Formats: sequence, structure tokens, C-alpha cells
Amino acid sequence: MTTTVFTGLGVVAPNGAGTEEFWSATLEGRSGIADITAFDASGYPARQAGEVRGFDPAAHLPNRLLPQTDRSTRFALTAAELALADGGVDPGALVDYDMGVITANAFGGFEFTHREFAKLWSKGPQFVSVYESFAWFYAVNTGQISIRHQLRGPGKALVAEQAGGLDALGHARRALRRGEAKLVVTGGADSALDPWGWAAQWSGGRVAASGEYRPFDRTASGHVPGEGAAILVLEDADAARGRGVSRVYGELAGQASTFDPPPGSPRPPALRRAVELALAEAGTAPAEVDVVFADSAGLPALDRGEAEALREVFGAHGVPVTAPKALTGRLHSAGGPLDVVAALLSLRDGVIPPTANTDDVPEEYGIDLVRKAPREARLSTALVLARGTGGFNSAAVVRTYDH
Amino acid sequence: MSDPTTTTMTLDDLRRILSESAGSEGGQLDGDILDTAFTELGYDSLALLETSAVIQREYGVEIPDKVATPRELLDSVNGSLPAAG
Repeated sequence: MTTTVFTGLGVVAPNGAGTEEFWSATLEGRSGIADITAFDASGYPARQAGEVRGFDPAAHLPNRLLPQTDRSTRFALTAAELALADGGVDPGALVDYDMGVITANAFGGFEFTHREFAKLWSKGPQFVSVYESFAWFYAVNTGQISIRHQLRGPGKALVAEQAGGLDALGHARRALRRGEAKLVVTGGADSALDPWGWAAQWSGGRVAASGEYRPFDRTASGHVPGEGAAILVLEDADAARGRGVSRVYGELAGQASTFDPPPGSPRPPALRRAVELALAEAGTAPAEVDVVFADSAGLPALDRGEAEALREVFGAHGVPVTAPKALTGRLHSAGGPLDVVAALLSLRDGVIPPTANTDDVPEEYGIDLVRKAPREARLSTALVLARGTGGFNSAAVVRTYDH
Repeated sequence: MSDPTTTTMTLDDLRRILSESAGSEGGQLDGDILDTAFTELGYDSLALLETSAVIQREYGVEIPDKVATPRELLDSVNGSLPAAG
């Protein structure tokens, strides 16, 4: 059976553009959360976000792509290029139909659409950019990455709020295992920090008005939204070896997605089942998991539910749990892939990044949350979880890869 | 914004509009491009649609779908404009 390995990483995160910048910020506790600068948010009930500051799209993208891309797509294209470069992938030297693109997106192109809709109602339809036709669309990142780098293999787009990014990785793994591709550029990108996108986010009822994101804390009052992209190169291990890849970050050993029953149903929530299915696919026993990168909703009811699923699978305090996303905010479809990047670097460096901001974890949660400082440990297997608003659950198992 | 009653559209006007509406890489629109196909210059049908929309707003004329080169486009626009003066 095909082994699927990560050979390239690309990150545009609020606390670091570039994989190593993000990773050092994560270990040193540097936060990307601050007052919103993209617009005047002073009149809104929530005013802090994990914004990617100082991002100059013209420095990263061909001029031709600027009139036709939303901010989220610019993040996706930038992260994809970083990942391909990091993986030493020269698409021109490989068979175009052997390379796919499978990405997730939760919001579409909010900022672009906000601007074009403002033209629509203030000036008329003839002033709306023709590029609005696709710049808003969830699948546009997959398409733009495919066109730019001439990757003509399987192309897919997943929409499952925060869970979508891990779902995309799972589909990439499936495409490789079915022999549909030898390499897939995969991950997620999202941004919705214009006034319209911001209204859509805080009106959902899960955003912390305080601007403080404290996963699993007794005082947790919501999350802080972020923006960014995390794109990875996932590859058939044999194909990677064939093109002379010397550095493999790790293996995507298993992934599973489940959907929660409707509110009021007597059936249990489905996060635990996603964990069990992903572990089963990886052939991994719970005792072999060395660290969990939790979804970490930052709302007591949801944190309690996640803690319960972890207790049921791993036992009370059975595995270290962490949430580096406290430093970035929730990146929606990019959140899961960014946690996978952090997990792979944890395996590489033998260190678990801490959960910033959280001081007081209720004893009844029964989780060993890594707090305050990085924790050194021998790590070979990590579990990454993501839940999307509306009932989506996704779990991914990554582990070290020995040639 | 050009004044359609007194102005003809020049190649430089077209360069500016192409650049603003569909982008351009350094130097790509320089030189004698009057008879170079838009597709060769890297502008697809969507880029031309966006360019045509801007020209229509600025000059008040519709561009037929079939123009393939800058010369054809300029002839089409200037042939539709009222005589200068």
C-alpha cells in the first residue's frame, strides 16, 4: 500500500510568514493576535484578530494575478509556492497529470467580493470586475495553484469550515493511494477580515469579545478569528524517493472525517469516532500517540466535549494536548493544516509547543494541556483534530517516517 | 478618464487599461505590439472581457468579441468614436 509523506511545507500565518518564522514564534510564544488594522473595527463588538500584517502581495505574486485574486487566494498562492520550493519540486520536470491540487476554503473571497459589491450598489453592474465571477469562489485556490504551476492531476476543493483543511489532506492521501497522482499540493487558506467578513464571523456567536483566546481555560469565552494559509506537499513515498527527495517531514498515516448528529439527538457527538477511525486507518493504538493538537474551540461546552472524547480514547491525562493556535487565532480551513505543520516540526525537533494564554484547566476535563513553555519529549506520532461549525469533525494522524 | 468627444484611444491608453484591469509583467506591453495577438501577450478571454468593460465605461463604445490584436481593438474603438474636434 502506498505510503504518503509530507515533503514540503508552506506557511503564511499571523505570527510568521514562512515555516521557520511561524515555528520559532510558536515555540517562543509570539502572538499574531492584535487590534485589527485592515479597517476601523472600533465600533464592532470584537476588535482583535490574528491578522497577517505587512503582507505585500506584489512581492509574492506575478502582477497578472493581482487584479483577479482575493487576499485569501494570495495567501494560498504564496504558501503553495513556498511549499513547492521547500520540497524541491520543479513541476516542469515532472509529469503534469501526476500532480494534483486539493485545498480547503471556508469563506470564499470576502474582501474582494465586498469591494466589488460596493461598486455594484454605488455605481452599477458595469463597474463590477469580471474576476468576481471566480475570485469569490471556494475552489479558486485549487484552480489558481493548478494553473500557476501547471499541476493537472486531481483537483478538488473542500468546504467544511475549520475541519475542511484536514479533510483536504485526507483526500490528497486518497488520491495518492488510488494511484491518481504521485504528488498533491494540499492544505487550506482563508481570510475574512474586511468589515463584511468580520460581521459574518462575530455574528456566529463564537468569537471572544475580549479578544482573548484561551483554549480549555475555565474562563474561555470564545475564539479569536485569524487568517492565513498552510499548504503542504504530500507525496507517494516511492515517487519522492524516485525524484531524489532527501528530507521527509513525516507520514500522513491516517485521516478520518465524521459528522455530528443534529442537536437534541440521543446519539453521541462524532469527534471520538473520527479519532478512532483515523487511528485505525493509521494502524496506531491510542497508547502510541505522543501528542494531540486539539481543535480547541475556546468555548466551555465545546472544550468539554473535546476533552471528553480525548479522555474516552486516551484515558484521563493519557496524552499531552496542545493548542498553538492560541497564538494565531482560528484560521478556519488553514487551521488544521497549520496544526499539521506544527505537529511535523514537533516530531522533527522533539518538542511540544505550549498553549499560550490558558491558566486554569478544569480538573474534570482530565487533559494534560502543555502550557507556559515548550515541553521536550521523544515524539513519533501526533494526532491533529479540527472541528467545523455545523457538525464537521476531522482527525489526522502524522508520524515520523523511516526510509 | 478620457473625454469621448475630443479624444481618440491610443496604444498607450490601451496599455494602461490592460495593465490596470488584467495586470502586466514588466516590459511585456512595450515596443510594437499593435499586431501581436492578445493571447500571445498573455491575455485570455476573461482579461479581454474586463478590459472591454473598462473601455466601455471610459469611451462609451462596445468592443466586438472578435478583436484579436491591439490594432483591431483600437480601430474598433476609434471607428466608433465621434470625429475629434
